[in-house]
Amino acid sequence: MKLERNRRVKKLAIWTWSWVATMAIASFGPEFIWDNHPFLTPFAIIVNFANGILMILANRDLFNHFDELEKKIHLESLAITLGLAVVVGLTYSLLDTTNVIKQNAQISMLVMFIGITYLTSVIINTLRYR
Amino acid sequence: MKNRIRDLRTERGMTQEDLAEIIGVSRQTINAIEKEKFDPSLPTAFRLARLFELKIEELFSYEQG
Repeated sequence: MKLERNRRVKKLAIWTWSWVATMAIASFGPEFIWDNHPFLTPFAIIVNFANGILMILANRDLFNHFDELEKKIHLESLAITLGLAVVVGLTYSLLDTTNVIKQNAQISMLVMFIGITYLTSVIINTLRYR
Repeated sequence: MKNRIRDLRTERGMTQEDLAEIIGVSRQTINAIEKEKFDPSLPTAFRLARLFELKIEELFSYEQG
């Protein structure tokens, strides 16, 4: 069971790092590597998108290997994260469109918020069942 | 839901890790079930009852809160 778990965690880690790397290439490549080549930029974005899909599938594989308590912990954390992401994301967008905040709303801020919220929720839920 | 898993496990000289391995769940899950913080699924409850050679109602008792 542990060996299989480790295998799936490694698979997810590989696809996640690969997704981050292809995201960086697609972001900085047009300016610093291939000088806005008309074919290479969309190609890099497609590769990054495909990589993201494989990362999601690897995450699903890991989730399917969780036992019942782990699934409950992660489902509760996902519910909290999804709810907060929608509410906080739309509030953040509203603050931008109504010019309450000076800077433009960045999607990267929402992604960071989602990551931190999910991690915190998993830690709190895990502690609840200790 | 109350259960007798901790007593039965220690009587047999098993660790939580051993029991988790046999039942096919994590050690944390066994710990949460023993502490009655988490109610197992029906298949897990049946596996535990079979392992301890008891009827499911002899292993678990439901107390309406």
